[in-house]
Amino acid sequence: MAEAEPLPIVRLRHWGRWVAAAVIVALLVLLGLALAQAQIDWASVPDFVFYRVMALGLLNTVVLAVIAQAVAIVLGIVIALLRRSANPVARWFAAAYIWLFRGLPVLLQILIWYNLALIFPVISVRLPFGGYLVHEQTNLLISAFTAALLGLALNESAYMAEIVRAGLNSVDTGQTEAAKSIGMTPGATLRRVVLPQAMRVIIPPTGNDFINMLKGTSMASVIGVTELIHAANNISSNNLLVMETLIAAAIWYMVVVTVAGVGQHYLERAFDASDRGPAARAGKALRGMPLVRSAGV
Amino acid sequence: MSEPLLRAVGVRKAYGHTEVLKGIDLEVRKGQVVCLLGPSGAGKSTFLRCLNHLETIDGGQVWVDGEPIGFRLRGGKLYELREKDVARQRRDIGMVFQRFNLFGHRTVLENVVEGPVRVLGTPVGKARSEALELLERVGLAQRADAYPAQLSGGQQQRVAIARSLAMKPKLMLFDEPTSALDPELVGEVLAVMSTLAREGMTMVVVTHEMAFAAEAADEVVFLADGAVVETGPPEKVLKDPAHERTRQFLARVLP
Repeated sequence: MAEAEPLPIVRLRHWGRWVAAAVIVALLVLLGLALAQAQIDWASVPDFVFYRVMALGLLNTVVLAVIAQAVAIVLGIVIALLRRSANPVARWFAAAYIWLFRGLPVLLQILIWYNLALIFPVISVRLPFGGYLVHEQTNLLISAFTAALLGLALNESAYMAEIVRAGLNSVDTGQTEAAKSIGMTPGATLRRVVLPQAMRVIIPPTGNDFINMLKGTSMASVIGVTELIHAANNISSNNLLVMETLIAAAIWYMVVVTVAGVGQHYLERAFDASDRGPAARAGKALRGMPLVRSAGV
Repeated sequence: MSEPLLRAVGVRKAYGHTEVLKGIDLEVRKGQVVCLLGPSGAGKSTFLRCLNHLETIDGGQVWVDGEPIGFRLRGGKLYELREKDVARQRRDIGMVFQRFNLFGHRTVLENVVEGPVRVLGTPVGKARSEALELLERVGLAQRADAYPAQLSGGQQQRVAIARSLAMKPKLMLFDEPTSALDPELVGEVLAVMSTLAREGMTMVVVTHEMAFAAEAADEVVFLADGAVVETGPPEKVLKDPAHERTRQFLARVLP
């Protein structure tokens, strides 16, 4: 048998795959046919996409999401540090903060901020020697936009705190000890050694949360912020083309979410593990950012 | 004899109810190399970490160059220092770790200049040229732009030594610097340490390398169960130990 001629090889035929593919294609075709029969005025959709109020809705959606996420990241870092503090009261406070703001539905939080004037008609901060730092009607101070911002940002900050905590925990304690051993202060150790290396763990879930946030802004429509959903309702209340305007809003959501997804991909890749090891990439990515540029080193 | 550079007096440390250090005394004069030997669990590493206040001590004192580490002496009392002020004291005490602990997100050169630039405020240009000189001394100048993950364990440990030396410390602490290395890489690290010792660096070394202790140490301290069993020149303690505990240990580790 040793000198036998090479025998032809017959590859395994994956019949199951062919069947599954055929079923999927057939279902998609049926869906397409159904949609073709649907009573949708397709021609009006492109118009709605570029309506003036839709542009305003898009702007508000993006601005609300970006500011809320930014505030949440800063608050989240602070809460995460409190959670790891040596001070038991600080740890307890951080845990309670996360418990509360993560526990309540975002919509409920938005409604509470929006209706704050019912229980506090006036917000004032008194200065110690007379006079006021802030003295204003709550309704003027907290607009619908601000209420939505507070609700979204505080809820997200609780999630960010947990993400940042996981990131900080992922950095080996040896890194902190090495930083201490060359005389770095706790603050410098956090900024120069721990946080940069925690970024690798922090960025992917943060990107996920931001995409969630973009869609979460739709809840602001309930209190009358002109974001994409509210803008769509605005148009359809005049012409009753509800589905067409919702599709126009949907298109914008897909656009911004796609852009955010691409951004996340590049950010992740910049911080990701590969040839030089995970932490090295983080260092390289950070150096490109003006915020933490090390003095020409 | 002059005042010792390092003086530890009755250092005690406990984790919960477990006493890991039961009152350890140690004196190291300038330029001396002292090796701490002993079975694992003896408290060697814990004691070393007390010397730069990585561990807080529960009793006794550690004096480096006349300063109580982790404390400030005022009116006959020792006041515990804030972490920020301890950081200032640590500038003068270098430490090399078992697992190297190089900053993974920075290149070899950046690891070495981090301390001088960020902590001492040395101008970047000066710090760079000094760092390159140090890397030359540990034989890694050509890897200055590499990242730690691209280096072998022995190379990483030599960079870690350079990083510590860049702070121009008065005292260097080595915490089992070769224990995490593949056997064939141990030699290159010990060679750097021997050179340092010959050049007069004051060193306290926790090690299992008996040959290094015999060759480089001025004094070896044998610890067991959180206490000093015996102290003396290596030729005495390693060849002719006075205590049974030491003899048992040496019988197990020496070939």
